Amino acid sequence: METIFKRPEALAAAPTHYCPGCTHGIVHRMIAECLDELGLRERAVGIAPVGCSVLAYNYFNFDFQQASHGRAPAVATGIKRGRPEMIVFTYQGDGDLASIGMAEIVHAANRGEKFTVVFINNAIYGMTGGQMAPTTMPGQVTTTSPFGRDVAQVGYPVRMCELLAALKTQGFIERVAVHSPKYIIRAKKALKKAFQYQADNKCFSFVECLSTCPTNWGMTPLAALDWLEKNMVPYYPVQNFKDLVEQGGGDAD
Amino acid sequence: MQTEVVFAGFGGQGVMLAGMVLAETGMNLDKEVVWLPSYGPEMRGGTANCTVIIADEPIASPIILHPRDAAVMNRPSLEKFCPSLRPGGFAVVNKSLIPVDPEREDITVVNVEANKIAIEAGSGKAANMVMLGAYVGATEVVPFDALVETAKKVLQKKPKLVPVNMKCLDQGYGIGQAARA
Amino acid sequence: MAKVLMKGNEAIAEAAVRAGGLCYFCYPITPQSEVAEYLSRRMPEVGGTFLQGESEVAVSNMLYGAAGAGVRAWSTSSSPGISLMMEALSYIAASELPTVVVNIVRTGPGLGGILPSQGDYLQAVKGGGHGDYRCLVYAPSSVQEAVELMPLAFDRADRYRNPVIVLGDGMIGQMMEPVEFREHEFPPLPPKDWATDGCKGRKPNIVNSLYLDPVKEEELNQRLAAKYERMKQNEVMYEEYMTDRPYEVLLVAYGTTARVCKTAIKKLAEDRIGAALLRPITLFPFPSARLYELAKPVKFLMSVEMSCGQMVEDVELGVRCEKPVYFYGRQGGLVPTPEEVVDQVKKRLGKGA
Repeated sequence: METIFKRPEALAAAPTHYCPGCTHGIVHRMIAECLDELGLRERAVGIAPVGCSVLAYNYFNFDFQQASHGRAPAVATGIKRGRPEMIVFTYQGDGDLASIGMAEIVHAANRGEKFTVVFINNAIYGMTGGQMAPTTMPGQVTTTSPFGRDVAQVGYPVRMCELLAALKTQGFIERVAVHSPKYIIRAKKALKKAFQYQADNKCFSFVECLSTCPTNWGMTPLAALDWLEKNMVPYYPVQNFKDLVEQGGGDAD
Repeated sequence: MQTEVVFAGFGGQGVMLAGMVLAETGMNLDKEVVWLPSYGPEMRGGTANCTVIIADEPIASPIILHPRDAAVMNRPSLEKFCPSLRPGGFAVVNKSLIPVDPEREDITVVNVEANKIAIEAGSGKAANMVMLGAYVGATEVVPFDALVETAKKVLQKKPKLVPVNMKCLDQGYGIGQAARA
Repeated sequence: MAKVLMKGNEAIAEAAVRAGGLCYFCYPITPQSEVAEYLSRRMPEVGGTFLQGESEVAVSNMLYGAAGAGVRAWSTSSSPGISLMMEALSYIAASELPTVVVNIVRTGPGLGGILPSQGDYLQAVKGGGHGDYRCLVYAPSSVQEAVELMPLAFDRADRYRNPVIVLGDGMIGQMMEPVEFREHEFPPLPPKDWATDGCKGRKPNIVNSLYLDPVKEEELNQRLAAKYERMKQNEVMYEEYMTDRPYEVLLVAYGTTARVCKTAIKKLAEDRIGAALLRPITLFPFPSARLYELAKPVKFLMSVEMSCGQMVEDVELGVRCEKPVYFYGRQGGLVPTPEEVVDQVKKRLGKGA
């Protein structure tokens, strides 16, 4: 009998602790599929962040390191520089990457570190209980912005892809979303390209995944998918921002 | 037997290098040596100094409050270090830049026109070697031929500079020897 | 091999390379930047890794990553930079990873100054970061000793799977002394079968310090505590000076101040005052047992430091508070002079200064 659907080898046979309707599981599965399809599992090292995915090391079937809050790109740099043959990726949330870890992600990208970053942007701090994130939408109510995000006080949501794409260094930078099959198919393609580029030792690769957090958004999973489409996609364009880009050499732009 | 000397001057006068050549000469003679710099912003053009200790026994404290000797290349260095020298010590004074004398009767003062001699020899930058030569000439803390050998080795990366530096060492040494007599 | 005249910082760098410390991350800070400058040229020659990170925070996490992948990774910094590394060092200790961090201590607190200090003693020997951990701490007193301690630091880091700190001061880093690089032989190390270097043919390895289960966390704490006990049993190093003749005063000092004390002891001997020195080479573990023995004949002990007396409590504990422990120190980058130490000893002996 032909098997048409099975657990990827790179995914552990473990139930996750994620809330019902959370999209972490989708992204986990896609990463595992990519590593299997590219034959990279035995060389893979994942970096788990501080945040909801802190326990990610339990859900994958390959080597993992757990990093302190925001420092996953520095940890990945250490692994990749020390053992360039490893396939290294960080898995980071928006508080981890875009707030406390802003310096580390920008400098890793600017150095062109040849690892992959999977950035989960769900516009809120999940694990600590729904506080405002750097990516929280204007007017969005959280436990630390009870009257809605006031951009006059705390600025606008940070668009990480756009920010990183402004760097001169080569890279692969794409924003995807995981709230519908159509978007998920595109997301998988982007993730696979990111890992392929790493396997080919090409460049830094960064995939931002627009995700939902039904629990902390206070919505049903279905309403959360709809909210993402209506509120996040217009502000965070789902597209490729950089695909290597010619290095002009000496140009000073 | 332990000898301590402070080389001091403006940043850029080469006092660190002069001290280093002396320390390395001592090391090559199997003596115990320490070279201790002033460091930090002082390296970038302010006053600079280094202490060189040469001894027969292991050197305990590298911090010397009252060194025996000093080689001073500018006036602030003379004013800073000469009062603290131990009686019986030596002060090599760069008369090209220092119009005053150490107010000490109990030390041997060696006056050297270091900049003038260096310029005449072909490079004003080699004034430090005039000072070093004069110091060794006056104190014989290391044999002169050992000093020359080390200086050549230290300067080998810039072979063009060797002749003028050797000339400066030599002239300084002569002045030091004369002061000793 | 012949002796070479080297700055402490450069000698530390070369000694680390020869000890196989081929993966080095750094961030510039005075007075230790010469280590980075030296290695930026040296690492390419030996096929090693040199990377200047964006901050000490990042650098210390690079250490975590590389060490977790089984690479002999190390860094150097100075006091404010070391403070920024404390979080990662806590993670490294908790994850039982080996690394070596050299602290060329400058004055503090705060930004302080660039002159030598011993004000990071407590941070180094009592943990420093959060949580229940210790680092093995070596305190070299000369450039040659720094060179000898680097290979030992790497070996012990690997053997105990624990961060090792080499605590120098601005003087050790900036001073030039003749050094000789000798071959060091250590017993074979156990394989790094815990490293995240690819799961081919084995179960995945996980480098982690998250323990949500209190029983598991306690197991870790007790395993670490047992490790530190083993260090206390096996790793204590010290030097004695003039303890083979009668003495009535025992000075306790490490690093640069120990050298000052030696000169002071010689001067005291000229005045027929018998003083001796115990110089801890390991600050953790502290040579408490030997201190207790050496303190038996003395009227008092004196801890001489470039701090406000951070080591005094360890000296008091070592002598079990059975003898008076006095303190003399200078701060701010000023180094105690032998003359000052002599005066202090005489004063305490009631012999006037």
